[in-house]
Amino acid sequence: MGGSKSLFFGAEFRRFSLDRYKPGKFEDFYKLILHIHHIANLEVMIGYADVHGDLLPINNDDNFFKAVSSAHPLLRVFIQRQDEVDYSNFGTNTLSRKKKALVTLRNDNLRRRPHINISMPHDFRPVSSIIDVDILPETHRRVRLYRHGCEKPLGFYIRDGTSVRVTPHGLEKVPGIFISRMVPGGLAESTGLLAVNDEVLEVNGIEVAGKTLDQVTDMMIANSHNLIITVKPANQRNNIIRSSRMSGSSGQSTDSTASHHSLPTSHVLQNFHPDEMESDEEADIVIEGGLEPQHIPKLHSITSSSLSRINGSSLSHRLQRDLVLNNNSGRESNGNIHKLLSSLKTDPRHSLVIPRGGIEEDGTVITL
Amino acid sequence: PSPRGFRVGVPTLTCLSPWQTVEHGFPSQPSALAYDPVLRVMAIGTKAGAVKLYGAPGVELTGLHKETATVTQLHFLPGQGWLLSLLDDNTLHLWEVCQKEGCSHLEETRSFGLPGRPGSGSANCSPGITRVTVVLPMAAGTLVCLGTEGGAVYFVTLPTLTLLEDKTLFPDEILQSVPDEYRCGKALGPVESIQEHPRDGSRLLIGYSRGLVVLWEQSTRLVQHLFLGNQQLESLAWEQSGKSIVSSHSDGGYMVGIGVSVSGPFPCKAISKILWRTCESGTPFIIFSGGMPRASYGDRHCVSVLQGQTLATLDFTSRVIDFFTVQSAEVPEGGFENPRALVVLVEEELVAIDLQTPGWPTIPAPYLAPLHSSAITCSCHVSNVPLKLWERILSVGEQQSPRQSSAAWPIDGGKNLAQEPTQRGLLLTGHEDGTVRFWDASGVSLKPLYKLGTANIFQTDCEHNDSLNQAGEEEWPPFRKVGCFDPYSDDPRLGVQKIALCKYTAKMVVAGTAGQVLVMELSDEKSEHAVSVATVDLLQDREGFTWKGHDRLAPRNGPLSFPPGFQPSVLVQCVPPAAVTAVTLHSEWNLVAFGTSHGFGLFDYYRRNPVLARCTLHPNDSLAMEGPLSRVKSLKKSLRQSFRRIRKSRVSGKKRLNASSPSSKVQEANAQLAEQAGPPEVEMTPVQRRIEPRSADDSLSGVVRCLYFADTFLRDAAHHGPTMWAGTNSGSVFAYALEVPSQEKFSERAVEAVLGKEIQLMHRAPVVSIAVLDGRGNPLPEPYEVSRDLAKAPDMQGSHSMLISSEEQFKVFTLPKVSAKTKFKLTAHEGCRVRKVALVSLASAGSEERLENCLACLTNLGDIHIFTVPSLRPQVHYSCIRKEDISGIASCVFTKHGQGFYLISPSEFERFSLSARNVTEPLCRLEVARSMATPKLPQANACPMALLQAWPWVLAVPNASHPPCSPGSPEEHPAAFSPGPIDSPNSSMENPLDTTGDITVEEVKDFLASSEEAERNLRNTSEDEARPTGILIK
Repeated sequence: MGGSKSLFFGAEFRRFSLDRYKPGKFEDFYKLILHIHHIANLEVMIGYADVHGDLLPINNDDNFFKAVSSAHPLLRVFIQRQDEVDYSNFGTNTLSRKKKALVTLRNDNLRRRPHINISMPHDFRPVSSIIDVDILPETHRRVRLYRHGCEKPLGFYIRDGTSVRVTPHGLEKVPGIFISRMVPGGLAESTGLLAVNDEVLEVNGIEVAGKTLDQVTDMMIANSHNLIITVKPANQRNNIIRSSRMSGSSGQSTDSTASHHSLPTSHVLQNFHPDEMESDEEADIVIEGGLEPQHIPKLHSITSSSLSRINGSSLSHRLQRDLVLNNNSGRESNGNIHKLLSSLKTDPRHSLVIPRGGIEEDGTVITL
Repeated sequence: PSPRGFRVGVPTLTCLSPWQTVEHGFPSQPSALAYDPVLRVMAIGTKAGAVKLYGAPGVELTGLHKETATVTQLHFLPGQGWLLSLLDDNTLHLWEVCQKEGCSHLEETRSFGLPGRPGSGSANCSPGITRVTVVLPMAAGTLVCLGTEGGAVYFVTLPTLTLLEDKTLFPDEILQSVPDEYRCGKALGPVESIQEHPRDGSRLLIGYSRGLVVLWEQSTRLVQHLFLGNQQLESLAWEQSGKSIVSSHSDGGYMVGIGVSVSGPFPCKAISKILWRTCESGTPFIIFSGGMPRASYGDRHCVSVLQGQTLATLDFTSRVIDFFTVQSAEVPEGGFENPRALVVLVEEELVAIDLQTPGWPTIPAPYLAPLHSSAITCSCHVSNVPLKLWERILSVGEQQSPRQSSAAWPIDGGKNLAQEPTQRGLLLTGHEDGTVRFWDASGVSLKPLYKLGTANIFQTDCEHNDSLNQAGEEEWPPFRKVGCFDPYSDDPRLGVQKIALCKYTAKMVVAGTAGQVLVMELSDEKSEHAVSVATVDLLQDREGFTWKGHDRLAPRNGPLSFPPGFQPSVLVQCVPPAAVTAVTLHSEWNLVAFGTSHGFGLFDYYRRNPVLARCTLHPNDSLAMEGPLSRVKSLKKSLRQSFRRIRKSRVSGKKRLNASSPSSKVQEANAQLAEQAGPPEVEMTPVQRRIEPRSADDSLSGVVRCLYFADTFLRDAAHHGPTMWAGTNSGSVFAYALEVPSQEKFSERAVEAVLGKEIQLMHRAPVVSIAVLDGRGNPLPEPYEVSRDLAKAPDMQGSHSMLISSEEQFKVFTLPKVSAKTKFKLTAHEGCRVRKVALVSLASAGSEERLENCLACLTNLGDIHIFTVPSLRPQVHYSCIRKEDISGIASCVFTKHGQGFYLISPSEFERFSLSARNVTEPLCRLEVARSMATPKLPQANACPMALLQAWPWVLAVPNASHPPCSPGSPEEHPAAFSPGPIDSPNSSMENPLDTTGDITVEEVKDFLASSEEAERNLRNTSEDEARPTGILIK
């Protein structure tokens, strides 16, 4: 069995073979790749094109095995420098449609489960994710928005409305909360996971039924650093279909089943646990004072006012600095993503339109 | 949803039983008044449909109509414990004082609506013609007469409220007795008054709007007398002996007998009600409301009391609702009524006038305190007040307002069964005019104790002497200002924002709208001293800010004299002079801390030295400098002025204005049409809410929300010491370690403050409260509480913790190293925000000794949540205040023992209790001598069969003092009544138009001419002559 691989660094190609039934361990495979390419000193990310033409990562034994078994007969392996990887490139139709991924795979549980290395490089920051796909009805979507010191506004508005529910007494109109507006350039819009007229069902695991618009607003703001909204999208055509293999006859299909099937479900999907939300919460900042005595011997004493001014400025200065740092990193990462995305988009060699049915059997080297 | 005064919610914990117990203050928007001379209780009805009974202090009964409709009339059936209420939806309701477990309660037992006229469609379509204008329960207690807009008089049995259809007196029947000339095709108009003859229950005096007054014999259905008035009638009253009547008219005149008297030569406003009370000392009292000269005093709200030559026109600041006199219930034949007191209900207060003391002084009311005589701006509760302080406050309060009248409160019916309050509770209210009022909140009735004014310390725009009082000498009629309702503050900067009182040292801090912080001390002697002034710059030379708000209040120079009471020693002026947003006092350390929207300061009032000033402004916060509060205030000021204008021009209480004017009838009809069509589906643009976390530079982020003193561990775990804490609107907490010299060295060493910690809550929500818990998790005691053996010493061995309540969550941190221990994220879970929190100790239902410390929290939705401390486990939550009632939520104060108060109207505090062991509610008993029981009929609507059965039963009543007028069998009671005093020759009622004889056109003309002539004559007479004597013309 042969494998072809392309290196993103300088588009270098190698072809080698593996035992389809005993591919061995991922670690060995990784070493082999580094060895073949003489890049032993580099951190790389390995990906492969699955049968649907989706770019998927290889970073553990499971998905390595899956990748090898799905080769027919050729497995295209893509190698990227670790620091250039954009995880939003993985997933559905990432190779066939050079478009921003609708589903981002990510895992912020990295710290707790370090052995499953399917996740983000450390210098990237999650922005949003779809979670709990396995436990939610297909018509619902649970979206997590991360806003760690990010400069971008959350950027959406909600409103009152009525929604139709199926009840034992037939259809019934019930009041509901809906997304009414997206702020262009805001976090909510940029994720593409929320849209105007989506009905908000839960905020951080708490149902909004029976709550007023103001209550829901307050709940969202109180959770704004780690907001998890369960919505019923107004556009139900983009739903994730879990049970069946994708039917996606058109290239428009946004089904992400393939990617999920390619990896053990529990590793890919995040489930929402309230304590998890608690634990990753930010901490309050405590600044210990200098504990130097401070005097105001007289009214409007200059020394006293300057002293307290120093004290007063210390906190805000530090806060300011933290904020700036955060913002910088945020902007950088955003910039990275954008660069990558645009490079993918503009580069004609990326137009790997792989016809349905798989990769050509002759194993022609694909020029990138 | 649940009626006030009744228990709400279901307790889920044995020791927690939330209920609303009693209302303190003056009912909002009163609309009706009645008095029962036998039970000696009065009833007040409100526009919200509430009925409240008041007797002796502590005797209070409350009822609420199911319908939220204005109570337009209230009438007692004297002594029976029955009360009839008429609502503006034209329904009549019977309330009963019933006894349960030894206590009296007020319950609605029946209701009744007059059916629409046959043929005029369904009964529910608000027929104007059957709109009830007059309700008169007959003295016999078996019948009630209803006069209507259409001029008909209906008779309804009591207590079954069954219409006696065949008894109805239609105006046609009366018109048959009226000469054609008077009739001239015009209707008689609505019934304006029905009065039962005081000595003969079968004779009714019926007055129609057009001016016709009829003395009608009920049993024979004959008109005995006709008084063909041509002046629109307002009200009627009998003289007590039944020998004479007095009527009042829309032109401001009144007639005694058929004489005419006009109160002035100028066009006058209507006299809406008139009373005639005989008096042993000779000349009777004539008391009437209104009747002021239209042009000059048409805007005054007056009740005039006239006795012989003595006239006093009581000048109220709000509209007169109704009035009554208090006298003994039984007046013997030929005796005198001798009214003891006149009780006037005006829109904003209740005033009682002592009629037996010369000069007619007012009698201070033990309840119905006009809390809102100036708008309440803040309130504060002090529980367990030491007896010594209590007595001193009582004493200075008495010196402040010496009693003018020796008379006891005249309305003293019923018996207060409530136990003597176990502890003294003091409620302090700060007002817009710069006063702080002290109220006794220990029991059911909130009694005023003392009033502290702060305005005299400052030079204000307006001088305080009232011009009205001086001018009174030359005016006619002789106005006398009564009551204390004066909602207009001379200078809004005087408004009191925060109050702190130390109950052990009698020190108090009062902080106001213009950044003034007054440190005061209670003194039993009057004093003349200068107030020392200290200025604290809270901007701390921060550049780029200019204050655009109001100026500071300029203090008066030189020594000022202060009466006994709380006297200011130091005035600390914050710069810029923004409103003080937080204040706290530590009398043991002689420190006061205060905060505004710009920062906070610490002041040593012993050495009169500022200790610390700290700016909390965020560099980007520009709004704080604009003085937004001042802009609001100035808008308020202009609003106040326009309201003042509106009030002046407002027409004094025209009765049934809405029903009678043609344009409003059209509106009514339109409204009905619209209702029939169903509510139109209005497509409204939906309200949107932006989801954005608050950022650091939100406006007013520097507002200091809370300040706190504690003796705790701030620097290290080994040494505790004085600390001061401040929390801001942007979620910052500043903690200072204080170096406080020992008591002996206060004068030698200065207090020092060192910044110990700054904590920034990441969710940045405003910090509502900070409290330190001791090693056992109990809140730290107040200053002096331990040294005076009034509280257990705090546990200083175990590690302390700090409870910070923000608008979004509660968090307990360890001390001295600040790390989060437990938290409860209220907003994230419930979507509600914290408005008020308090640490309260609730007595467990099992044993009085076991006190549980809880965190009580009122949210912006009006719910109260209870959490354990320090574990912050939610225990129970229940709804308390409507979420729309923003001012109610903002006004809420908790007491230390699980009670609380909030304003349900500008003038009323609702008291509630979180603890089943600590409840203040009215428990009282009214002894009712009811002549019959209320039959428990399911329906009160007229039913002929029920009527026939009910009637003989009513006849069989043994106690009825008058033979009941039996409409079913007039032959049983032939016109056997004695001719009565009406026909006696000396009666001024003797009338040329006796309907029993033939009436000629000439006679009518003569009558009309004579009255016209009298009127003309009077107009020609001088004012002086008309004033004292204008009673009897004929």
